[in-house]
Amino acid sequence: MTRRTVEPILWLLFSSGGVMAALFVPVLLFLFGLAFPLGWITPPDHDHLQAVASHPLTIIVVFVVFVLCLFHAAHRFRYTLYDGLQIKHLKELVAVLCYGGAIVGSALSAYVLLTVA
Amino acid sequence: MADSITLQVTRYRPEEESEPTIQEYDVPLGRQWSVLDGLNYVKDQIDGTLSFRWSCRMGICGSCGMTVNGEPKLTCGAFLTDYAPGPVRVEPLANFPVIRDLVVEIGDFIRKLPSVQPWIVREEERPVSEGEYLQTPEELDDYQQYSMCINCMLCYAACPVYGLDPEFMGPAAIALAQRYNLDSRDEGSRERLDVLIEHEGIWGCTFVGECTAVCPKGVDPAGAIQRYKLTAATETLKSFLLPRGAR
Repeated sequence: MTRRTVEPILWLLFSSGGVMAALFVPVLLFLFGLAFPLGWITPPDHDHLQAVASHPLTIIVVFVVFVLCLFHAAHRFRYTLYDGLQIKHLKELVAVLCYGGAIVGSALSAYVLLTVA
Repeated sequence: MADSITLQVTRYRPEEESEPTIQEYDVPLGRQWSVLDGLNYVKDQIDGTLSFRWSCRMGICGSCGMTVNGEPKLTCGAFLTDYAPGPVRVEPLANFPVIRDLVVEIGDFIRKLPSVQPWIVREEERPVSEGEYLQTPEELDDYQQYSMCINCMLCYAACPVYGLDPEFMGPAAIALAQRYNLDSRDEGSRERLDVLIEHEGIWGCTFVGECTAVCPKGVDPAGAIQRYKLTAATETLKSFLLPRGAR
């Protein structure tokens, strides 16, 4: 019988967050952090971007990317704290802080995304 | 090129000292001499009390693993000329208790290994009269690299998670479990899952990847563990979502 623990679920979030971070974040950083500000590519005008950003599909995709990246970071940071600082005895506290941070971050990103739209 | 090189060897003789010490030996720097050849020269010509394990001298038996200049190595495959002009630091494998000099206590690994049943498990053996279990080259490719493991335990010495938490099943045992899980003739994956899905099984791994970096046989235990995590996570999701009968 398969024992029911949350670790596999957390790992799935971590793992898919890693994929998201590797696939989408570099593209977004390149476009909005380098190419547009330095004028390598002509950015779309504000109305165009606003229309793209407030489309429900964009909101969903960007929200999923953010949430998974946050859980990826939380999981990685949790184990870094366990092993790096040798604080496995504070297990519950570390887990609550890390995943709690990811949940708060997810709520914040939902708020930001919805107010932009 | 100098004609000799210094080995700085860790000595530990529990009956006469409470802490390990370092002893230096000058050995000939032969063109094709491995670190193991250097140690055997010491044993034969300089100091017969030095203890270390070895057998085949050709990277098959997996018994001459030691820490050479800080890295887990098979000493039969580590050449003295690559460390010239020296000195070469030779220590016992990390993460294992030391019995004497360069000999470590491997009981922990030997006890863990059978718990993942690293052999072909069949629900029902086919009678010999029905012939062999046939396998295509593609089916062989699925598991072949994991079958190269020689149980040398360099991956355990390199794994920081195993160093911190000796309960962790460890790279080689999981890679060997995966070797049989991926074998088309095997039917034991469910039994192995029950062992490996525990926290001390696969979930202890934080994907540092040093096991794969040090493996002398080109096995990728880190990859095997990550693939197995996906299998285990999928099985767990199924157990949450599906009724018992459908699993």
